[in-house]
Amino acid sequence: MTAAVEIASWVLILLGSFFTLVGAFGLVRMPEVFTRMHAASVIDTLGVGVLILGMCLQAGLGLVTLKLVFLLALFFFTGPVVTHALAQACLHQGINPHLAEDRRSIARQQSAESDGRQP
Amino acid sequence: MRHFSLAGFLFAFWLVLSGHYTLMLVVAGGASAVLCVLAMIRIRVADAEAHPIELLWGAVTYFPWLLREIAKSAWAVTKIILHPSLPISPTMTVVRASQRTSAGVATYANSITLTPGTITVGVNGNELVVHALVNEGALDLEGGAMDRRVSQFEGAA
Repeated sequence: MTAAVEIASWVLILLGSFFTLVGAFGLVRMPEVFTRMHAASVIDTLGVGVLILGMCLQAGLGLVTLKLVFLLALFFFTGPVVTHALAQACLHQGINPHLAEDRRSIARQQSAESDGRQP
Repeated sequence: MRHFSLAGFLFAFWLVLSGHYTLMLVVAGGASAVLCVLAMIRIRVADAEAHPIELLWGAVTYFPWLLREIAKSAWAVTKIILHPSLPISPTMTVVRASQRTSAGVATYANSITLTPGTITVGVNGNELVVHALVNEGALDLEGGAMDRRVSQFEGAA
């Protein structure tokens, strides 16, 4: 492996570790469960993505890289499902998010108005 | 036709995960793929929802766009987390999903959740309830750029 690939790979792995740490830091810092979930999503998108890209460079072209890509795809398809299930479970238990702004009724009205204009 | 394509994809997946190409294992892989498809036909799940092959071409152009959006918003959330005053303004809103199929609506809802800073917390028919970390995130979604992009991905079939 050339030195350039080695350096690029380690830069990506360190960057991925940085985003994972930031996500964990945000998880502690956010005030309640819904905002914490936003912080955690930095980990399972940019954190995992950049880490796996760095590992692909370490592995080189081959089956291992292909498997790493499958792993990333697995994260990208299961992550949102789990996040959605967690949010639903919280709402179901009566844990409501602290909101600075609730645009639900305004947005509904706006989309109804735009429907009225279009024939 | 869909069944053949499904068997083909399962067999390719077997080959990639196994990494051994002796006659015995390749034949065993082919047989397992066919058996899986037969079982899926029997329990009636080998349909367009289980194997949306016609979305493959649209996905080739949609995923790079989605990855760029994810990277942009993940960076935005990173800056919020590291900001000393933690400038969040949690907002709930509803957006309209204009996709025709349930696979299309699911793709839109998952894309919203996958982008850091916005989570789909509920789905009622064509209406998605979204929780956003900052109110700009909610306003962006109401603008409908991502909705149009997903519809385009679905329509490319």
